[in-house]
Amino acid sequence: MSAGEDIAIVGLGIHAFGRHDGVSGLQMGAIAARRALADAGIRWQEVDFAAGGSDAAGNADTSVSVLGLSGVPFINVKNGCATGGSALTTANAMLVSGAAEVALVVGFDKHPRGAFNPLPEDWGIGSWYGETGLMLTTQFFALKIQRYMAEYGISASTLAKVAAKAFSNGARTPHAWRRTPLSEDEILSSRMVNHPLTQYMFCSPGEGAVALVLARGARIRELTRAPVYLRSVAFRTRRFGSFEVFSPSIPIESAPSATTEAAAAAFEEAGVAPGDVDVAQIQDTESGAEIMHLAETGLCEHGEQEALVQSGATELSGRLPVNTDGGCLACGEPIGASGLRQVHEVAIQLRGEAGERQVPKRCRVGFTQVYGAPGVSACTVLTV
Amino acid sequence: MTDTRQRQLIDPDVIGGTEEEPRLIGSVCGLCGTVTFPRQRSCPRCTSEDVRPRELATRGELWSWTIQYFAPKAPPYLPGGVEEFEPYGVGYVELPGEVRVEARLTESDPDRLRIGMTMELTLVPVPGASDTLTYAFRPLEVQA
Repeated sequence: MSAGEDIAIVGLGIHAFGRHDGVSGLQMGAIAARRALADAGIRWQEVDFAAGGSDAAGNADTSVSVLGLSGVPFINVKNGCATGGSALTTANAMLVSGAAEVALVVGFDKHPRGAFNPLPEDWGIGSWYGETGLMLTTQFFALKIQRYMAEYGISASTLAKVAAKAFSNGARTPHAWRRTPLSEDEILSSRMVNHPLTQYMFCSPGEGAVALVLARGARIRELTRAPVYLRSVAFRTRRFGSFEVFSPSIPIESAPSATTEAAAAAFEEAGVAPGDVDVAQIQDTESGAEIMHLAETGLCEHGEQEALVQSGATELSGRLPVNTDGGCLACGEPIGASGLRQVHEVAIQLRGEAGERQVPKRCRVGFTQVYGAPGVSACTVLTV
Repeated sequence: MTDTRQRQLIDPDVIGGTEEEPRLIGSVCGLCGTVTFPRQRSCPRCTSEDVRPRELATRGELWSWTIQYFAPKAPPYLPGGVEEFEPYGVGYVELPGEVRVEARLTESDPDRLRIGMTMELTLVPVPGASDTLTYAFRPLEVQA
């Protein structure tokens, strides 16, 4: 956005993550939307574009029957883990183009207990893949970190430290699901799920909702005294040679991941270097993902994570606090909501309103990265 | 393997050859030479549609591995597979000069798997459907 008007987040709304029996995903989405509108101090009728979605909890646009039948153009998004990022990408484009002045994005979800069970046919693969026992996201993350640990000297202790940090941060976060701190030993000695990853190194499918109100140009200062500027949002799918989930084969010729490309594009568009980032939310579906994504996004070098995590640099008081609200590990993974939760958390940190989990140093630049099947990533750069 | 009952392969588009000498069926691009598994109708690298089926190598090196310690949900696993579940190995095997293939492994002991070990293609019963065979890779080396 080097040319044109600024885009900023002017309203934040969240429905607590976790388990909420008797409350539908759509209801959580509407609650988050009302909170975001209240935070922005506007009425629903003032929103002139909306986008949102869930993976498994219904069509976002039906929430107009609860929010009000204002006639607003509302685009439903269903794009796996990048659902929130895609909604944000769409809203940003509408604002940048001048087609809208105030936009609302919402992401929500509600998943049953246990691992996800996607069907191979929905992902362009034969039923043989699932019947053979290969259609599991957890396997992919384990296979990826197993190779990565061997290549870059990452220890099991570092995997555990990432999870321990998540639960420690979650304990300070009102919207988190897992709010009990766990020690590195408790995490390492918990049930092995997919070697080398144990039970407490994985996030669990869950429930929750997040909404954001965005505005353009002069409307920003009319609506808030504490805008968080959306400097860029970049969304990419995989290239030939990247190692992605649900791959019956991968090429020997390797290529950067969708995350690497989305992050590079987000930094370039924002005119910000990875080294400028004060606080980051990184997709941590399991602790290995946080470690690998740290380097894929450019926030550190490959292999540097071992020292970075062991030294405490990614903790709240560290040089580069990561997943300050506990990430997916402590908040759980409602697919449609997680990407926007990351943006919500960075915005809260940049506003200095994170309470017990507020990063002590002054934060001016934030970054988010979401990743999902079958190889999609969305990244944002936010500033104050 | 003294069982003489007629057994079927899980998907004839994925596994060819015979029960004694199975082969994975991939494809090769006539334009850029890219090998894929399973067979594709177009090349994911150069987008060419000049793509032909190809029987892949049966030996390769273990590129990465994990152990599946919990039963997958049915579907996409078979209900019988959930009932008879035992932990199983999963890995990517790099077939030299071709592609890295994802597969079940016949070995499920983490102490007996290591990146770089030589693996060979074999067939195993589909969990929950003993009359159907799917592919797997087994370690060729004797572990010290």
